[in-house]
Amino acid sequence: MEAVFDRPHALCDVPTHYCPGCTHGIIHRLIAEVLDELDIEGDTVGVCPVGCSVMAYDYFGCDMIEAPHGRAPAVATGVKRASPDKVVFTYQGDGDLAAIGTCETVHAAARRENITVIFINNTTYGMTGGQMAPTTIPGQITQTSPYGRDTAMQGYPIKICEMLAAVDGTAFVQRVSADSVPHILEAKKAIRKAFENQLNGIGFSLVEVLSTCPTNWGMTPSAAMERIRKELIPYYPLGIYKDISNQSK
Amino acid sequence: MERLLMKGNEALAEAAIRAGCKCFFGYPITPQTEISAYFAKNMPKRNGVFLQAESEIAAVNMVLGASAAGVRAMTSSSSPGISLKSEGISYLAASDLPCVIVNVQRGGPGLGGIQPSQSDYFQAVKAAGHGDFHLIVYAPASVQETVDMTYLAFENADRYRMPVMILSDGLLGQMMEPVSFPDTEIKLPEKEWACTGHKHRRTHNIINSLYLQPDMLEKSVNDRFMRYERVKSECTLSEEYLCSDADIVVTAFGASARIARSAVDSARKKGIRAGLFRPKTLYPFPETELKASCRNASAVLCTEMNMGQMVYDIRLILENTLPVEFYGRTGGNIPSPEDILTQIEKMNRRIKGGALSGSSI
Amino acid sequence: MITINRERCKGCGLCTDVCPAKIIMIKHDKPNSKGYYTAECTDNEHCRSCRMCGIICPDCAITIYKGGK
Repeated sequence: MEAVFDRPHALCDVPTHYCPGCTHGIIHRLIAEVLDELDIEGDTVGVCPVGCSVMAYDYFGCDMIEAPHGRAPAVATGVKRASPDKVVFTYQGDGDLAAIGTCETVHAAARRENITVIFINNTTYGMTGGQMAPTTIPGQITQTSPYGRDTAMQGYPIKICEMLAAVDGTAFVQRVSADSVPHILEAKKAIRKAFENQLNGIGFSLVEVLSTCPTNWGMTPSAAMERIRKELIPYYPLGIYKDISNQSK
Repeated sequence: MERLLMKGNEALAEAAIRAGCKCFFGYPITPQTEISAYFAKNMPKRNGVFLQAESEIAAVNMVLGASAAGVRAMTSSSSPGISLKSEGISYLAASDLPCVIVNVQRGGPGLGGIQPSQSDYFQAVKAAGHGDFHLIVYAPASVQETVDMTYLAFENADRYRMPVMILSDGLLGQMMEPVSFPDTEIKLPEKEWACTGHKHRRTHNIINSLYLQPDMLEKSVNDRFMRYERVKSECTLSEEYLCSDADIVVTAFGASARIARSAVDSARKKGIRAGLFRPKTLYPFPETELKASCRNASAVLCTEMNMGQMVYDIRLILENTLPVEFYGRTGGNIPSPEDILTQIEKMNRRIKGGALSGSSI
Repeated sequence: MITINRERCKGCGLCTDVCPAKIIMIKHDKPNSKGYYTAECTDNEHCRSCRMCGIICPDCAITIYKGGK
């Protein structure tokens, strides 16, 4: 019988180490589907971060590089400048991209580096056990904000899409969510566009995906998806924040 | 071969381009900035990439990316900048990625000063980052040697899949000397491990430094250290000058060795049997060669532009068979040949008076 | 119809939430080799091949075929 939905080729047929219900697996699959659809797996180099997705190099079928914490955009820059004909993407969490790697992120955008960045925002440091992240929302309880993030003490979250939209070099930036089937389909479109932009030479394209961390949020996978809808989307509105792909290069 | 008068830093950059360096990523810092400036001017004309990064950290990680993509890549900095790069250097070493890193040393610690120094010997040789690893470290003593070692650095980085450091300093970087560039044709090796896109013709390549199983990590480190044994037997370089009958062997590397050599000549004129031993690679250190150079010596004087760093290695290698004394200036000060001659003369008087002795080895 | 790779399923239950036919449930009788109670399609006859379960599955554990069974 003909399968109408199956594992994409660019996603290795191995079990992942992610916790049950973690949306990393969904987003991995979306990227792999896009690599398949655009037929670019064989020409793609992925760069993974430090954090829960550090071992994404075992999951994507394309060539992969594991970068130091936060440095994926710099590593990707090195790859892209050395081999402009390759498709280069980074896959980074919020601690990696929006804290230790903010500088590399902003400057890769400012240079309009022709790379694709997939930014996973689950408002916590998952791998180390659920500490406060740069994207932890006000009031959110984490291991290092046990009384809830107090903006008077711990300041405010960084809204990466809004911030990068203000950078001249940014070509495309969109925030999507992995909480529901319609939103996942929307996320796939955004990811595909971010890769197409690179193929068309349009430049730095980032897709932020609101994601869950059921384990460290202390929730069931279903409740975690609900939290995205109830708490995160109101704070981090979905949408396209910048898109120059229709303008002349 | 054409002879050109060139500044050390610019000659190094020219040598790198000729040696096949495809990508240079840098960040401004005195006294190495001429390297970046030379690449900025020349790479666009010579089919190469020059990119000024947003930080030293970003620059070294761009090198990591370019190296992982299979091309010859390089970064350069000066002491405080090398500290920033140390994270990336550790990852490069752990990922078995070839690259060339230049340190045009200045005085430290901290922001220090901008004058020449050799106070990053420990950093280059012992602790260029966290974890068990080494870099091949070249210590040129002239502009010509800077050029020659730059070729060697790229070649050996690829051969042994490891980062190589050229440990220059503000003196060598800034001074002008006549140089010629070898006409050797550069043959770039195949890198079947590189991330170049698998085109569905092989399984995916992974460049990585993470091993969560202790046994796996230990194996990866052991494999690397077995490679270092090859590096030791194949890459060690040194020079000895008037050592065969030397009573006092002066040891010095890089710019210090130029000054020490003048002092040795002056001592000879005064009838003191002095010689000079100069390691040209600081890792691997020319241990056997040092012992051989000291075969007839009564004492060793180690001179450096720091508070005494290489001297620890000299003492370790000679295993207390000879008295090893130290003379150095730091903070950007350069010892004069007369300063070193004075030290040699003092040592000579103490040897003759029986106050300084050791068994020959 | 769908098939669920029991060894890949981690029993997160997201597929059970989204299935419009409500024909997927977590079976609590026997865990897989990793110790997870896994999802099972209880009535493939009524599967509409809508792909919702596959789209939300974080572990690519579900293969979807055209038509019911």
